Amino acid sequence: MPEFRMPSLGADMESGRLLEWLVSPGDAVHRGDVVAVVDTDKAAIEVECFDDGVVSALLVQPGEKVPVGTALAAIGAPAPPAITEPGTITEPGASPGPAAAPLPSVDAVPGQRLATLPVPAVMPAPPAVTPLAPQGVSPLVRRLARQRGVDLTAVAAAVPGQVVHRADVERFCAAGPPARTSRVRASPLARRLAAASGVDLAGVPGTAEAGAVRAEDVYRALAGARPGPDASATGPALPAKRPSVPTAEPSTVPTAEPPTVPTAAAHAPSAAAQSHASGMRRAIAELVSRANREIPHYYVSTSIDMTAATQWLRARNRELDVSERIVPAALLLLCAARAAVAVPELNGHWVDGAFRPAATVDLGTVISLRGGGIMVPVIPDAANLTIDHVMAAVRDLVERARSGRLRASALTGASITVSNLGDQGVDAVFGVVYPPQVALVGFGAVRDRPWTVDGLLGVRPAVVASLAADHRASDGAVGARFLRHIDRLLQKPEEL
Amino acid sequence: MHAPPTEPRAVDTRDVDPRSTDPRVEDLRQMLRIRRFEERCVELYSSSKIRGFMHLCIGEEAVSVGVLGQLGPADAVVSTYREHGHALARGLSMTAILAEMFGRQTGVSRGRGGSMHLFDAARRFYGGNAIVGGGLPLAVGLALAEKMRCTGRIVACLFGDGAMAEGEFHESANLAALWRLPVVFFCENNGYAMGTALAGEHAQTDLALRAASYGMVSWSADGMDVLAVSDAARRAVEFVRDSGEPCFVELHTYRFRAHSMYDPDRYRDKAEIASWRERDPITALSAALQGDETLSQHDLDRIEAGIIAEIDQAVAEADAAPEESVDDLTLFVHSEAHRDHH
Amino acid sequence: MTTIEGVVGKTGDATQMTYREAIREAIREAMRRDDRVFLMGEDVGRYGGCYAVSMGLLEEFGPDRIRDTPLSESGFVGAGIGAALGGMRPIVEIMTVNFSLLALDQIMNNAATLLHMSGGQLAVPIVIRMTTGAGRQLAAQHSHSLEGWYAHIPGLKILAPATIDDARGMLWPALADPDPVLIFENGSLYTVEGPAPDPTATGDISHAAIRRPGRDLTIVTYGGTLSKALAAAEDLATHGVDAEVIDLRVLRPLDDATMVASVARTHRAVIVDEGWRSGSLAAEISARLVEQAFYDLDAPIERVCSAEVPIPYARHMEEAALPQVAGIVAASLRTVGTHA
Repeated sequence: MPEFRMPSLGADMESGRLLEWLVSPGDAVHRGDVVAVVDTDKAAIEVECFDDGVVSALLVQPGEKVPVGTALAAIGAPAPPAITEPGTITEPGASPGPAAAPLPSVDAVPGQRLATLPVPAVMPAPPAVTPLAPQGVSPLVRRLARQRGVDLTAVAAAVPGQVVHRADVERFCAAGPPARTSRVRASPLARRLAAASGVDLAGVPGTAEAGAVRAEDVYRALAGARPGPDASATGPALPAKRPSVPTAEPSTVPTAEPPTVPTAAAHAPSAAAQSHASGMRRAIAELVSRANREIPHYYVSTSIDMTAATQWLRARNRELDVSERIVPAALLLLCAARAAVAVPELNGHWVDGAFRPAATVDLGTVISLRGGGIMVPVIPDAANLTIDHVMAAVRDLVERARSGRLRASALTGASITVSNLGDQGVDAVFGVVYPPQVALVGFGAVRDRPWTVDGLLGVRPAVVASLAADHRASDGAVGARFLRHIDRLLQKPEEL
Repeated sequence: MHAPPTEPRAVDTRDVDPRSTDPRVEDLRQMLRIRRFEERCVELYSSSKIRGFMHLCIGEEAVSVGVLGQLGPADAVVSTYREHGHALARGLSMTAILAEMFGRQTGVSRGRGGSMHLFDAARRFYGGNAIVGGGLPLAVGLALAEKMRCTGRIVACLFGDGAMAEGEFHESANLAALWRLPVVFFCENNGYAMGTALAGEHAQTDLALRAASYGMVSWSADGMDVLAVSDAARRAVEFVRDSGEPCFVELHTYRFRAHSMYDPDRYRDKAEIASWRERDPITALSAALQGDETLSQHDLDRIEAGIIAEIDQAVAEADAAPEESVDDLTLFVHSEAHRDHH
Repeated sequence: MTTIEGVVGKTGDATQMTYREAIREAIREAMRRDDRVFLMGEDVGRYGGCYAVSMGLLEEFGPDRIRDTPLSESGFVGAGIGAALGGMRPIVEIMTVNFSLLALDQIMNNAATLLHMSGGQLAVPIVIRMTTGAGRQLAAQHSHSLEGWYAHIPGLKILAPATIDDARGMLWPALADPDPVLIFENGSLYTVEGPAPDPTATGDISHAAIRRPGRDLTIVTYGGTLSKALAAAEDLATHGVDAEVIDLRVLRPLDDATMVASVARTHRAVIVDEGWRSGSLAAEISARLVEQAFYDLDAPIERVCSAEVPIPYARHMEEAALPQVAGIVAASLRTVGTHA
């Protein structure tokens, strides 16, 4: 049986309110007859049916609002087919004037007040269930939050689910701001350079506007020089032999454009590319020279049986999607982070002749760039992450580092650093500590080695874990304790 | 300028009794085809198959059939956003028009235009212009090209009464007359510029008189009588072809339906609509043909059935047509495919 | 509408040519090469063009092909579009960019959209030339630089020849382009004189040009402000700052690669645009450099644009409203961290 449905009278029409029936059950209708009046938010419109027949039932009553496509009436017992012109129009009588869209009730949502003016009557009415919660904060509270530098989304209301009030913001402020120092003003290039060379921008005097750090200041810091008192005075600011800038090799790939645009890197003549590479080389050289000059290193290492770890990883990876599988490096990073919690003498910074332990383990991770050079992005508070989170962080950092899209915040503030050269096939790594850190953990490749257990020689997967540490801050026994702790963790990976 | 003889009109005799060679029968069939097509469009719009703005010419079919029928295949046509009838009468495929309105790859404009932008370069159908008056300068330019290239072809420019209030009408009429260009301006005067009645938008409502002030030959005809339209259009086309100069024809007509699908039609008196419906060009011609026994009810039924079958098939084919890949979104922004403009 | 009496530059020296003459020669050559090409616009014929660009062409080509139009910008620009659809290759001249607003409907709604809206059926091979820019005390209805608006529109190609070579070389490839091309001629350039271009040289309408290489910062500009940027670069050299100057030449599509590669070398950018700053071409360029060269930037990008006022008449006020050499130098020194 044909049905007469709520028609769609515009792309933006999702529903309509039936205002009036122009036919009654039993009436004969023809294709093209106007049978009802529908309110579409914009106007009352006469609507027609597309079938011949007799109205057998009206399914929707005037006043009801129904979605487009809803059956409004059933049409049965088709009359004999008519070939003549569409039948006469049913005179609909006076059609109602434009219906005022119903206003949402201001009191509809208890405990909340609308900050905006009432919706004008000519506007389409918003759905009755419009959620107002995030918008419910008063301008006063917003201003207070702005003045105190508080992110309102972080503030909990006194009554869960309710609007945040002034008292909530004040309580939030009283509880103390999140531990975050003020942001260093620095140019993007300076940040990139500092990150690549391990320079802490907070300690670099800036000579650009309002003390902002620019590339030149980083070079100066690397060279150990202090800017002269006339750095911002008249005269050429740029040294005649400005070092060229290290470029994270693919960093100039446009991120918002399709790859049809040739990258600057692709365009750069090879001489320029070499000069970029040598710039990074120079930056690394400055840093490690300083480390070697200032830090009395000691080194310890141990071989660790990876049987338990590899079996556990294999079992776990069987359950995971390929894209989520965990590589051994992630496990080693997590163990290093946990071990740094257990041995806090290695987790922190040597500043002004004294060791300052760090509150969290912010794990620097050395990443080799395909074009040469390294970056050392940071996984903050790594010891409190799960293995899955560490894996995700590693994947993200490698991708970002290699595409040059690391956030500046990801490049600063490591409290201890891990260098894993296992994928390069080396047995062991004896690194250089990045000042002002005091320890660098190294891992070689996990590979099968002869191993004695209870006097019998067997073959086991093993890795050499090593530690390079600042002797001013700790002694060899501390380093040994640290490596033993890593070993212990790796024997019971399921407890991580 | 030498004009080639007008191409004889191809009379489609499908579904028509072979006894009848009266060209009025084909006029009737074409008008009925446009009417039934647009009625189906209303249904398809109501069920969300067609979207966007859709403007119907139901009631104005005599203009489409009478004007387009007088043009040769090499002449150019510039139309408006109420152009389903013009496009069908010009010979654009019904399936391709529907596919366009469904937003499909096989649409006349590959789904980029919709109801208001039907184009067919092969049939020299230049749209499908949804800026009121915007097509008139194009028609003048097309006519300028014909004149400079000495082709003997002419341009037919269709527009409504509303466009005559636009500066572009006056600039175009002046240019065409000044440069003596082979263009016929067909003003489809249906009495309303959207919702504003003629007397509410023009100080001088005699539109042919206003056109004549540009030094163009101008006249009016009954746009509800397909024979009167055909006669007026034929004279206009012959005049332009022979003289190489423009002329203006005003066709008094009426749309039976609202301006667009979303129009409550509050600005027109029901009695006014009813009185124009009594002058329905299809009913009138059908009655005349039956009255002088040119056409039997049986013939009419067969014509009707043929049209419905054509529409059914067109709807089915258009509905089965593929969508354009969004990978080709920026195709045709420039002529070379996928020239990337950031 | 006011017309401006231009100086008919004829230097008498065959090795020298003005910008005006270069455009005229380009039109003359195109019309000789292709009989579909014709020129139309207000007073292009008997008057010789309000900037005297088409002086003498009526005598050579006749009134059909050097076609004077009534003052009907929408009408004759639309007619140009129609003629292009009908197989011609029109060059439409609009006196100034301010007047082009009367034809904006035709440029935007027809020329730029027809190809796409018709599913690839109707290409519009039209070239529209117009004067832009200030500097001649013509006040607020003859002096604006609105090319950035047109550069917003997909479907158009926007050219801004700043040199005599480009004035001579860009027209023919523009006519050969199957799609609409708008050419903006800065009014201050018409009398600029220089060595006559090689008439056989092929014009480039796709790439920006580095007009002066440099190491310390990149100045991006086009059209009427190129000479100011080059003058500023010379001044900067006396401060020990080596500026690179890029002439965009093509405002749509922008040559991102040239700009980004330059900034990757110099780490600093100053954009000089005679348009207003807000919502401008300079804003677009700045955004692209931040998007594509962020990690190479060592200083905030500087923009030197026209003051946000209708261009005034009085000479001292007009000069104050426009980008000037001193302002470009000052902005450049800010980016390198030096105060002049």
